[in-house]
Amino acid sequence: MADQIDFRALRVAVTGGTSGLGLALAQDLRARGANVAFVARTASDVARVAQATGAHGIVGDVGAKADITRVALQITGALSGLDVLINNASSLGPVPLSLLADTECEDLERALAVNLVGPFRLTKALFGALAASARERPGAVVVNISSDAAVAAYPGWGAYGASKAALRHMTAIWDEEAKDSGVRFLSIDPGDMDTALHALAVPDADPTARKRPERAAAEILAAIGAALTANALREVEALR
Amino acid sequence: MNAPVSVSPAEARLCVVEPDGAMRHTLRSELGLQFAPGDVAVANDAATLPASLHGIHVESGAPLEIRLAAWVNLADVSRFTTIAFGPGDYRTPTERRLPPPPLKAGDRLLLGPLVAHVGRASHRSRLIEITFEGDRDWIFSGLARHGQPIQYAHVAAPPALSDVWTKLAAEPIAFEPPSAGFALDWRTLALWRGRGVEFVTLTHAAGVSSTGDALLDEELPFDEPYRIPKRVAAAIRRAKSSGARVVAIGTSVVRALESAAEGLGRVRAGEGVAKGRIGRGTALTIVDAILTGIHSPGDSHFELLSAFLDDRTLGDLAAELARRAYREHEFGDFLLAPRRRGGRAAAAPHPDPLPAYAGRGDPPLARGP
Repeated sequence: MADQIDFRALRVAVTGGTSGLGLALAQDLRARGANVAFVARTASDVARVAQATGAHGIVGDVGAKADITRVALQITGALSGLDVLINNASSLGPVPLSLLADTECEDLERALAVNLVGPFRLTKALFGALAASARERPGAVVVNISSDAAVAAYPGWGAYGASKAALRHMTAIWDEEAKDSGVRFLSIDPGDMDTALHALAVPDADPTARKRPERAAAEILAAIGAALTANALREVEALR
Repeated sequence: MNAPVSVSPAEARLCVVEPDGAMRHTLRSELGLQFAPGDVAVANDAATLPASLHGIHVESGAPLEIRLAAWVNLADVSRFTTIAFGPGDYRTPTERRLPPPPLKAGDRLLLGPLVAHVGRASHRSRLIEITFEGDRDWIFSGLARHGQPIQYAHVAAPPALSDVWTKLAAEPIAFEPPSAGFALDWRTLALWRGRGVEFVTLTHAAGVSSTGDALLDEELPFDEPYRIPKRVAAAIRRAKSSGARVVAIGTSVVRALESAAEGLGRVRAGEGVAKGRIGRGTALTIVDAILTGIHSPGDSHFELLSAFLDDRTLGDLAAELARRAYREHEFGDFLLAPRRRGGRAAAAPHPDPLPAYAGRGDPPLARGP
């Protein structure tokens, strides 16, 4: 299905784009010819990845309220609009992982700021651009990266799991509310991957036993392609 | 009608001028119940740039403020027509701001992280053209980090960039917010969708509304580039052929649509540049009604209303808005007015006589669910 979508016509923004899954997404999207902007906190990493991929690099922290509109400005400025937003940047919460009874409130707040409120703010700031895209093209897509920790109760994963559970449910509600505007919301659990985030959480796990982020990225792009194709078919049906 | 306060759209009021000239008072939140099935509401989805940049004129060392005011070419993000001011900020009314240091072609300006070169400059005018160094990403990053929204003395607190983005804000090409868009929220659009009111957007680079120089203000608005999607042109064609109305959400939409009019109630899709003023002498051929903010007689936005309303209705309106203390400017109340001047907007298959809504059945702006 994804092959039916021409990624060269897509304008895509990825948060957390300098490592792990975000980097793999930026690289794969660029390889398919998409126009890509990515966001990350560290200026030197942003410059390096922008240079290597030809994507538009933006320095910002999705967990910081003051950064959001200015990040959105640079995304829509660089891409002249937006078709796909991938909220990928995530915070584990307390590191090393801690039981909820040992978790500082501030660590929970930070996890919520990055994993829930940040994606909410950025999506809201970019919703006008996404809806504008959906009025002219086969629809727009927001992908919120989830986790099995959003569904299962893993001891030690309280801050992360609670924030991802909230994000997952917000994604479902937003999808109901926005589909008439042509903007689809997908919550995607990429599975356990060999990334820096996972290494932080489970330092002694065997990285070779986990999924490569490149494979997860390809699966996510397939899901985006399928959502856009379904939207395009819906449009055609509506015209009949 | 002079209260210098910001009103949240949730509390904003809406004055509706009826086709017969009568005035009705309701709330902005009732906007979802205006208009009839088949009507087309057209808004401007431009996001607003943080277009005010403070910095230093390198040759003199003097501080100055540069306000990006117009595009030289929409495809080239490095070149702008700008208004230069001396030291000071938005708390001083624009017309009382000090002049900038003498600027000549080739001079350098340091505007936060951005470096710009003065292009054409006039000794007599605040109007200068500048060219930024760097590529598109660098310029947008510099504007994002250092720019502030253009602010006016009537706003009590400086707005954040998010305050000057409407809920529709998409591509950042406007210099001041297309402020009638503040009347819209997604609930209103959902209500319209449920009622069969078609909602579409174009993108119009709304420019500055005041330069601080009376002579220069005479030249406003500057040329403004716009882009009209095919979908908008098609929606307008359908509305005109069925006798439905085209409602412009804001003056920038009126400028774009009338600039792209090509006769028989059709508009040309694609890119264009809106030039000149719309006012008393303009024969509107596309737009049947306008939703706009509240403005005083003398303001260019109010003058644009004279393309819609005859002098007597305009006079009555100004008095009524003042009497009821409607709040002005881009964070104030709203006005919905039909086109009553100059006959019906061109709809070839419906050569109706005056007034604009004749033959449409019940009074269109008064209908509820």
